[in-house]
Amino acid sequence: MNEFMEKKVKLKWYEPKQTYDVIIIGGGGHGLSTAYHLATRHDITNVAVLERKYIGGGNSGRNTTVIRANYGIPEAVKFYQRSVELYQRLEEETDRWMMHKQKGILWMAHTEAHVRQEKARAEVNTAFGAKTIYVTPKEINEIAPEVDLTGGGKWPVLGASYHPEAATARHDRVNWALAEGANKRGVYIHQRTEVIDLLKEGNRVIGVMTNHGPMYAKTVMSAVGGHVTRIARMAGIRLPIRTHPLQAYVTNHYELEFDPIVASTSLLFYVSQTARGEMLIGAEIDRQPSYNYRAGHHLIQTCSFRAITLLPFLRHLRILRQWTGVCDMSPDYSPIMGFTPVEGFVITTGWGTWGFKAIPVGGEQMAELIATGRTPDLIAPFALDRFKKDRTKADRGSAGTH
Amino acid sequence: MSILIPCPHCGPRPVEEFVYGEVPVVPEEITDPEERDFDFGFMRNNPEGVQREAWFHAYGCRRWVYIERDTVNDEVIGR
Ligand SMILES: Cc1cc2nc3c(=O)[nH]c(=O)nc-3n(C[C@H](O)[C@H](O)[C@H](O)COP(=O)(O)OP(=O)(O)OC[C@H]3O[C@@H](n4cnc5c(N)ncnc54)[C@H](O)[C@@H]3O)c2cc1C
Ligand SMILES: [Zn+2]
Repeated sequence: MNEFMEKKVKLKWYEPKQTYDVIIIGGGGHGLSTAYHLATRHDITNVAVLERKYIGGGNSGRNTTVIRANYGIPEAVKFYQRSVELYQRLEEETDRWMMHKQKGILWMAHTEAHVRQEKARAEVNTAFGAKTIYVTPKEINEIAPEVDLTGGGKWPVLGASYHPEAATARHDRVNWALAEGANKRGVYIHQRTEVIDLLKEGNRVIGVMTNHGPMYAKTVMSAVGGHVTRIARMAGIRLPIRTHPLQAYVTNHYELEFDPIVASTSLLFYVSQTARGEMLIGAEIDRQPSYNYRAGHHLIQTCSFRAITLLPFLRHLRILRQWTGVCDMSPDYSPIMGFTPVEGFVITTGWGTWGFKAIPVGGEQMAELIATGRTPDLIAPFALDRFKKDRTKADRGSAGTH
Repeated sequence: MSILIPCPHCGPRPVEEFVYGEVPVVPEEITDPEERDFDFGFMRNNPEGVQREAWFHAYGCRRWVYIERDTVNDEVIGR
């Protein structure tokens, strides 16, 4: 957070204390949302959020902000639908404008296999509470007339799934509103405070060591995005997480309004328009595991090439900015939330390339878990021990990269 | 980020020609064979630093290349 925003958002900065009820490592969306829900839903405010840089400086301030619930497995549909609904109410609840805008997402099918996949997606979504329908090329044309249904002659559009409740919101504003909401109820936010070790007593985490000294708490939560393996190693646990860079870029201003979010599994890209009129484009993760934040040329080249086959108007725009985040990828493309084999230490990770949409529900559920000491039903399927129990939640097709 | 992988057969080639292959290293402390299998299958070392890894030169000589790379800056340290 820069100095301008430090003044604009009503946050109070205090000196760190020695002990808290709960310490949350990581001031990204998930850490802040957990603090916010602890304070607003459970009246637990003796909480510190420790952020090594500035809040929202991780993936929560680098993503393409797609909010949607059109996932491929029942547990995920129910979970993300709850978040879609929480996002719809969040501006009113926090009294902060987040530029939340319902846009709808079209997920294109260019092959018979993907037609089946998109039809299945609509069925699973409908059965578990998310609104998704299968649409024909004619209907696609009504929703998004800019789409070249011949796919540049090479990737004809055979159909799509359409999920009208999909939305976007300004990521910084989401982070800041949650921070402010938590802070004004008494939650401490300490920026430039890095956790360098965990303090343990037997099989229990009792606090953290930071660059400002030790701090103690009954519960310590890790919410550090792509850097989770380091924290887990301090606790003495191993995770099925690999960190991969994900890049995105924006063009200059497109003078017309472009309403929906357009995605394609075959072509591996997705596009939406920002409030400033820029076209925001994302694609797949880099293939090498890496913590490198540098962006590369290869992505914009291949991705632009593919995006233009479906949306020819993009050809006339110029690329303005490109950036990278490092994502905590789980092997089944589902999140990992909850208790760990170490007492007093809980985690929220596996948010990979899809965790912005889950910020409200992830924080709500983790707050309940911390406050009650029990795993809420909604997130029970996403516990860390699912890998050992052979209960992975494979959902690669719909995790996409947004 | 652009990386050049030093293929011993083809010379330095862009990473996009390769397929990544994990080289799992199960910690020695894990002794139970079942636990070792589980760790091998699911758990990741995911270091912020140097790791040994395999790359399949899919769009080249179609052989496996082993390198050491620093995951913080993507520098290839050696083979
Ligand atoms: C390019 C891109 C596009 C994306 N698009 C979408 C999308 O369209 N929709 C969607 O739902 N998701 C998307 N995602 C994924 C989404 O951004 C993330 O899943 C989500 O933001 C994760 O939030 P988080 O709070 O877990 O992690 P982060 O926001 O990364 O926060 C973690 C914080 O922990 C801090 N930290 C790390 N180590 C320490 C330490 N030792 N001590 C103290 N603090 C520490 C970091 O500085 C960071 O601020 C995208 C991601 C990227 C990179
Ligand atoms: Zn080769």
